[in-house]
Amino acid sequence: MTIEELEQIAKGVQLENAKYEYEVNVCMDLACASQGAGLLRDALVKRADASGKKVLIRKTGCMGPCSSGPLVRVDPDDTLYAKVKDSNAEAIIKSLGEKPVAELQCDLNEHFDKQVRVVLENAGHIDPEKIDDYISRDGYKALLTALTEMTPNGVVHRITESGLRGRGGGGYPTGLKWGTVAKASGDLKYVVCNGDEGDPGAFMDRSVMEGDPHRVIEGMAIAAYAVGATKGFIYVRAEYPVAVSRLTTALREARRRGLLGSGICNTTFNFDIEIRLGAGAFVCGEETALLASIEGRRGTPKPRPPYPAVSGLWGKPTLINNVETYANIAPIVRSGGKWFFNMGSERSKGTKVFALTGRIKNTGLIEVPLGIKLWEIIDVIGGGVPGGHKLKAIQTGGPSGGCIPADMMNLGVSYDALMAAGSIMGSGGMIVMDDTSCMVNVARFFVEFCMTESCGKCIPCRAGTAQMYTLLTRICEGTGTMDDLELLIELCGTVKDTSLCGLGQTAPNPVLSTLKYFKNEYLEHIVHKRCPAGVCNIAGATAAEPAPAEVLA
Amino acid sequence: MTEAPFEVKTLEIDGREVSARRGQTILEVAREHDINIPTLCQMEGLSNVGACRLCLVEIKGSNKLLPACVATVSEGMVVSTNTERLQKHRHNILELLFAERNHVCSVCVSNGHCELQSMAQDQGLTHVRMPYRNPNLPVDASHERFTVDHNRCILCTRCVRVCGEIEGAHVWDIMGRGIDSIVITDLHEDWGESSCTRCGKCVQVCPTGALFDKSKIGSDHPKYPDFLPYLNLMREAR
Repeated sequence: MTIEELEQIAKGVQLENAKYEYEVNVCMDLACASQGAGLLRDALVKRADASGKKVLIRKTGCMGPCSSGPLVRVDPDDTLYAKVKDSNAEAIIKSLGEKPVAELQCDLNEHFDKQVRVVLENAGHIDPEKIDDYISRDGYKALLTALTEMTPNGVVHRITESGLRGRGGGGYPTGLKWGTVAKASGDLKYVVCNGDEGDPGAFMDRSVMEGDPHRVIEGMAIAAYAVGATKGFIYVRAEYPVAVSRLTTALREARRRGLLGSGICNTTFNFDIEIRLGAGAFVCGEETALLASIEGRRGTPKPRPPYPAVSGLWGKPTLINNVETYANIAPIVRSGGKWFFNMGSERSKGTKVFALTGRIKNTGLIEVPLGIKLWEIIDVIGGGVPGGHKLKAIQTGGPSGGCIPADMMNLGVSYDALMAAGSIMGSGGMIVMDDTSCMVNVARFFVEFCMTESCGKCIPCRAGTAQMYTLLTRICEGTGTMDDLELLIELCGTVKDTSLCGLGQTAPNPVLSTLKYFKNEYLEHIVHKRCPAGVCNIAGATAAEPAPAEVLA
Repeated sequence: MTEAPFEVKTLEIDGREVSARRGQTILEVAREHDINIPTLCQMEGLSNVGACRLCLVEIKGSNKLLPACVATVSEGMVVSTNTERLQKHRHNILELLFAERNHVCSVCVSNGHCELQSMAQDQGLTHVRMPYRNPNLPVDASHERFTVDHNRCILCTRCVRVCGEIEGAHVWDIMGRGIDSIVITDLHEDWGESSCTRCGKCVQVCPTGALFDKSKIGSDHPKYPDFLPYLNLMREAR
């Protein structure tokens, strides 16, 4: 494969597409598919055939605003239809070349205008099961450029220059990590992709793997070239069967095109990728546990150092990055580190994909430049809190993160700002909560999650989260005392300070952040035996009456 | 330039200047200098897992606590092993252990010879503030010589490691996760029906009364884990 051949394939796709007058893209991502996108697509194909118009019906990955699904986008006019049913197929096909179907058209301009799409640039535009579609949108160009025009060091340098930080949550500088693995001695090195996305309310990585699998493969191949690895693993949770099947197809196609395997693109570079399935353990998203799981052992973390960069899979130097991190690589190599560096805030560069869920109008997948204010995400992109309710807090970072109260919506979204506010960026889950949420109950939910997902290896996480859960349950049920609260706070400190891995070290965050911003709700439960949001079922609770000021102080 | 056969590092532990070889753990160096760092899962002769978190120490200049059993020394390191912060955490960890299962010393075969018990005494633990979980756990007495009482188990995994690493049988392992984890024999078969070689090493290394010798019930039941470094030494000499 050469650049010319890639261009030829791209040209072939364009010629093929030019045969059609219209392109009808149907989102077939999980949210749309579960609302009947499959039936819709069949109906569209049938109607298009009957109409005699030259229409290309394409199934694509996630287009973003999942709550408006099933979504259909008609090109070349770029008309977006929302909540389309298979009964609407006839009207849509009929409208081609005429005026769009007004009652299906949705006004999501504000939703899209604030977004910058780098990772999701192809989402909704290509068929994820066709490698040629990916190639037609500059796919694999970056890999070829890296292999034929750049040295491995040059690639590492470009990534470093871009300022990209790990998108799995920790925010470790990617270039620095690559440089460490590149410098590690050893003939055999591995590249691993962490696709074990498990945070409640998060589906960014799933959408990328399902909607644009080649982007991940290309990023991994470039990484392998940069650090000198020959073998890669994609670790996907088995609960993502569509992602697994799309990745499997993509790997097969890439091998067929000579973009994986030995002597890639007529160079001496060899690289291939294997898929490994996770067996449903959240802790396997922690890198050392993930590596143990790939090796076929029980997925439990082990103390670092040694870091995987020095001693990872089977003791060999291993580069491990998140799906979204790899998805950023090809555009950076293509457009240069400076281009990426110029996006985002001072210390958090580029864009970030968030899964916007909870009490918000436009739930779904968004990609925004870092540094964007929280209110822009909630009010403009998200369309605000529906039903006349008031925004109370935003939970970011999943069970390792925290809640940011409504009066801090002017906060710019970056690794450091979120950390300073008592939460974390995490992998990109963003759960919006309104006045119907009880913050004590929210904290209890996340602690329960950490308790059931703790691997049980170290004592503070295993027994500590269980004790925290018991104490929070007491408070929620109205039997908690001030001593319980004091003990809870002390336990949070011990679990945070002494746990072995990130799961335990961050498990107290939901409790600590809600205590920081919503302490009055805890006190209401304990002192007045009432739940201000009316969520917790407290026996014998008195009618809602505001607590005296001195108790809340 | 060729690397020296071994490199000497100097560091400070609890205000004392000590020297160490490169690659030694903080715990090894501390013990060589009679500085006591509490441990439960660690056992000389077995691999270190850093699971009990009692050996965490403070390093000057870092807010992160390091497990002394696996953290290696570095030049100029200033280590504190017994600060107020560490004492508080150790208390809490021990309380968590006592509240986790059913540790009732007065009716335990290992009363007086239990590492958990003496650790609590050493650390000055006088009471447990946390709610006892009182789980309903089984006792497996199917083995002709030994018994496993899950109520006393602290999941230190010494039995798992000694069986896999020293005896080479790998009969013991962990099943379940989090608070529901238990040690099992083979694929959760009765111990008596398992592929156990009846060597008894697991019983000797068990820090509590979770694994015990049936013939010792009712009498003093000390354990003798000291065979382990000796056994390793003899194996290396061969």
